[in-house]
Amino acid sequence: MNKVFFEILRSGVNTTIQDKGRNHLYHVGIAVSGAIDQRNYTLSNKLVANQLNEAVVEFAYQGPLLKLRNGKINFAITGDIFFKIIRKNLDVEDGECYKNYILDEEDQIDIISTKNSTYGYLAVNGGFDLKKSWGSYSINTKANIGPNEGKKYSLNDLIFIKKPDTKDLNKKNINYNYSTDNIFRIIKGTNFDYFSKDAIDRFFNEEFLVTNLVDRMGIRLKGPKLENIVNTNIKSEGLVRGVIQVPADGNPIIMLSDHGTVGGYPKIGVVIAADLDLIGQLTPGTKINFKEVSLEEAQNIFKAYTDETNKYLDECN
Amino acid sequence: MIKNISNLGDTAVYCDFGSEVNESINANVIDYFNHLSKLIKDKKVEGITNLTPSYNKLIVSFDLTITNYKEIKNFIKSLIILRNIKKNNQTIKIPVCCDDEYALDIIRLIEKLNINKDKILELYFNKEYFCYMTGFIAGMPFLGDIDKNIRCDRLETPRVKMPKGSVGITEQFANIYTFESPGGWNIIGNTPKKIFDDKNLDQPALVNPGDKVSFYQITKDEYLNWNE
Repeated sequence: MNKVFFEILRSGVNTTIQDKGRNHLYHVGIAVSGAIDQRNYTLSNKLVANQLNEAVVEFAYQGPLLKLRNGKINFAITGDIFFKIIRKNLDVEDGECYKNYILDEEDQIDIISTKNSTYGYLAVNGGFDLKKSWGSYSINTKANIGPNEGKKYSLNDLIFIKKPDTKDLNKKNINYNYSTDNIFRIIKGTNFDYFSKDAIDRFFNEEFLVTNLVDRMGIRLKGPKLENIVNTNIKSEGLVRGVIQVPADGNPIIMLSDHGTVGGYPKIGVVIAADLDLIGQLTPGTKINFKEVSLEEAQNIFKAYTDETNKYLDECN
Repeated sequence: MIKNISNLGDTAVYCDFGSEVNESINANVIDYFNHLSKLIKDKKVEGITNLTPSYNKLIVSFDLTITNYKEIKNFIKSLIILRNIKKNNQTIKIPVCCDDEYALDIIRLIEKLNINKDKILELYFNKEYFCYMTGFIAGMPFLGDIDKNIRCDRLETPRVKMPKGSVGITEQFANIYTFESPGGWNIIGNTPKKIFDDKNLDQPALVNPGDKVSFYQITKDEYLNWNE
């Protein structure tokens, strides 16, 4: 029997496979990777009745143009995405996010662009037919680990689909309120006291611009120079997602999913877990602010974030 | 042994073993790392997702949906660490070709250090090194300490693309670029040896914390015909 697959007719800017990520490898220099926006990743799987840790396609800015071959599937797209479905007879339908669709053989999905965000997710019922590396399907392009030899997808590549099931999932949808908030909550970093009082005031009271240097490794910001009064280098030590490092030039860098596992710049703060999805979605040119919260507050906010994700998941049952 | 424990954000515990860099502090870090790795493998602790040992710190990351800072901190505090659980650290020999086309920064080093190429290489190859940590990019070992006479700062402007296999030095340390990546170390040669192997699932990095490493020189012919 011929397998069902997507043929990539346009690759998009950065199209990869992602899931929850790959743990227990920081000590050999391999980042966790995984979907930048974990909530939207999870919801995409839910919308096609998958296990919540199935592999999905993550795309950035302009997404791929995909043609379905050899069968019929259910799919859903999450994020803030402008996409169309081009039927075999060339009828074109506007696509809606957070909604399940049936795609027939020879139909195409044209993911035109993300709106005020960077990443979106495409899940298919049954998942993709790929091999895991160290327990994860995530493509890590920095270490060439994962499906497609650890590289982003290119024109004419094929993505095979595991066990397409075309039972009617059409009722599945989520009334998702895609909101963006430009105030990000942080916990003081381990080198917070390396910065002058003036730098701290500026850090919490002035705006920072998201520069063009944004990718799955991190986000470089530009703003008031944050004066370091102790040392602009530390001995290299471990990093985690959300850490804000400040190099000698005073411009903060926020670590995202594919970050280097160690770094030698002082850490002024760490973005709280509940805000990582949204900070990862920032686009160049956006202005953001930072607000300090305590560890206890961060834990409560995370609980609320998890409850909200579960509320969306329940809505889709 | 741990001087201070604090939180790194809401998903990691920051264990500080001191501010100096030396083998004895690093050995403490590695003892904790090995001990915790075994407990995780044996499923004696839940929720820890990653351990990141470095020169003098150990970061313990956890899943906030399963546990929290206080629980992991108390768990770490309760541990009685056996010293040197893992005794089988090996000495790894790594071939390096130092022909001018691979020794990208040798001229810079000759000028900065004011010693000739032969002397720089002699001092470099005559020492056995200790692996303090592995990371930044997959499998990159941070080795030390190099001879005092060949210590030099990073490049003023880091290279955008450091060739894979580049062997570099900066301050008291040496390392190997296991993948093409941006980088600012002074490159003295290139190794054809595979330092990171993603097919080796249990131990993908050739050099791991606590290992000893010695380098030896090979000719360009040997480099080009290297076969593993």
